Amino acid sequence: MPEPTSDATTGEGAAAGGDPEAGPEVPDIDLPSDAFDAVLDALADRDAGDPLRFEGFGVARDDDATGEYRLDPADGDRRTGLSERELHEALSERAAEVTDWYAFERVVGEFGPRRAFLRWLEDADGATVATRYAALAEGIERAWGELKITATVTDRGERRYDVRHADDAGVPADELDRYDDPLDARELVKLDEKGRYRPLKTAPTLAGGWVFPDLGPRDAYEAVETVYPATVANWHREREGELDVTHWRETMERQSGIYGVVKTWDRGEGHEHVDWVAEACCDDSQCLKRREWGYDDETDLDVDGGDGAFPCREPCSVVVSAARKWTRLESEQPRTYEFELTPSEKEQVEEIIDAVADGRIDEIREADTKEGANRYRTRFLRAKLFDDEGNLGGVPTEPDEADEADEADEE
Amino acid sequence: MQSLVIVAHGSHLNPGSSAPTYDHADTVRATGAFDEVRTGFWKEEPHFREVLRTVEGDEIYVVPLFVSEGYFTEQVIPRELRLDGWDVSEWDSEGLSADQATLVAEDIDREVHYCGPVGTHRAMSDVIVRRAESVTGDPDVGEGFGLAVVGHGTERNENSAKAIEYHADRIAERDRFDEVRALYMDEEPEVDDLPEFFESDDVVLVPLFIADGYHTQEDIPEDVGLCEDHTEGYDVPETVDGTRIWYAGAVGTEPLMADVILERAADAGADLGTALDDVRETTRVATGD
Ligand code: SF4
Repeated sequence: MPEPTSDATTGEGAAAGGDPEAGPEVPDIDLPSDAFDAVLDALADRDAGDPLRFEGFGVARDDDATGEYRLDPADGDRRTGLSERELHEALSERAAEVTDWYAFERVVGEFGPRRAFLRWLEDADGATVATRYAALAEGIERAWGELKITATVTDRGERRYDVRHADDAGVPADELDRYDDPLDARELVKLDEKGRYRPLKTAPTLAGGWVFPDLGPRDAYEAVETVYPATVANWHREREGELDVTHWRETMERQSGIYGVVKTWDRGEGHEHVDWVAEACCDDSQCLKRREWGYDDETDLDVDGGDGAFPCREPCSVVVSAARKWTRLESEQPRTYEFELTPSEKEQVEEIIDAVADGRIDEIREADTKEGANRYRTRFLRAKLFDDEGNLGGVPTEPDEADEADEADEE
Repeated sequence: MQSLVIVAHGSHLNPGSSAPTYDHADTVRATGAFDEVRTGFWKEEPHFREVLRTVEGDEIYVVPLFVSEGYFTEQVIPRELRLDGWDVSEWDSEGLSADQATLVAEDIDREVHYCGPVGTHRAMSDVIVRRAESVTGDPDVGEGFGLAVVGHGTERNENSAKAIEYHADRIAERDRFDEVRALYMDEEPEVDDLPEFFESDDVVLVPLFIADGYHTQEDIPEDVGLCEDHTEGYDVPETVDGTRIWYAGAVGTEPLMADVILERAADAGADLGTALDDVRETTRVATGD
């Protein structure tokens, strides 16, 4: 299973260091009363003698129904017969471990994807509480698509998260637009920097300039799932070895209505056409999901699936819609047309296609006539080569009749 | 833990398509009737295929934000949600009476209550009336007014016309508007000839669509003659052949839609407390100054 990418500069570094004395200091934590009360509640729900486990020690109610508690191992504290006050004292000494338990067991809760994601953020299944709290005190950073998530801990052991665009790393929070409700992310993801609609949420076109500077664990998870819907759920399934991948063939077979036609594109003659689709749409330059689907469960595609942190488990609706268009276009038979182009003109046509395919046209400067896709160069080419009907080289598309009306066929 | 999942069409092209879905989800969320409210889409994310895996609860109600029973509610949504053993007979409906079916969603191996679409619920008649109130700014609108309920005809989906007629009939029975007519975009009686079907000087035109988009922003305004070309825009009301037409835009954007979503979930057994009353109250049209 591929490990999700991360730039956990402080988190993993500290965890891997393995020498807590040399690392950053573990912060002092005050045991908050809600965490202590949660411990008492949890103990009340357990049989006497059945310990509640924290990292490095356990706490249980004493067997003899005296309302007293025991601590094991006690490390210098009294082992048995602790009053509630003595238990509070003992747990205050161990506030990091207790608040860590409280954060994940009570605040984060059981829901698999949320819990796994928030634990992964601070490497909670790998590093000790002391190591993590020391790292959290400095801030643990993780990347998720174009997001940068920074986890910290308060002096009460509560997790706080800063979520922003990775390009805004290091920008003081008060210079960015502040949000506190994770659902506000729905608006932040809608348009790209140039104000264009983003139909694919995992396209690498997330605009920046905003920050969720101070989210709790549940809200941090919601913010991430709002920016990149279902990515945590799928990443979690993958980590558990349970990612349900639906390959191209199966996905196309399932389509109906106006999309039913896509199944006719597969003709049992290989999957070159699907390679082209994946190269067009799923490349890391177009989509941050790591494509895990192939042609069918025995046949991978010949193009790279990408390095994204989260997997893509089946062709998405954008790809299915585009495939519908290609199914029609690709049912046409090639013909031979004759045009005359100078060598530079041929290269210019190639440069124009490259510029559009790579989304570069806005970068090409007005007067930069060295660029084939420069607007003046392109207008010159049109002026020279198109006839009044817009035919390249004066060659009609159809030998006999003119163009067919283009049908309106979206959605 | 009780969860609501609102499923809607969404769009690859129109950034506003999901807005009503999000708005109604927020209204429902604010009532606190559900522990979580999620949204899933056919053309946006999370997709129908993956929305259920984002749901935490064990009592899950899925409400389609669609105007009629048909292709989406009967085929696409159950298939994409992977509702095991789904058959349209589960709803036992002639096109208007789908209520709910309880089935295991294979994706999560848990039961979900799959509800009928909002558009055919009886409470939708109230939303159409409320839409007329909002667009005229008059909570008592009715006297001296005609009401046109407009949708696709049978061509695209036989049940679409049924839903239009159903609500037009129900609203007519209330004797609130002087006249109520069902009009269609692709069959008789056609919305293009709206003034011919009404004697009233004022007519509120409410399209039975979930979101504003091509049909409600370009097609209908041009067909009715509110404008030559939609890019020019139009006034509300706009006079066409002597009739003042109050064009309401998609009924699905009306805040009271949240009420229909709740009704659907309640019909399927959701425990809503006072949420229905709360939503009716918070989405009311303010009486003028
Ligand atoms: S199918 Fe391709 S473009 Fe669509 S989400 Fe998956 S990787 Fe991205």
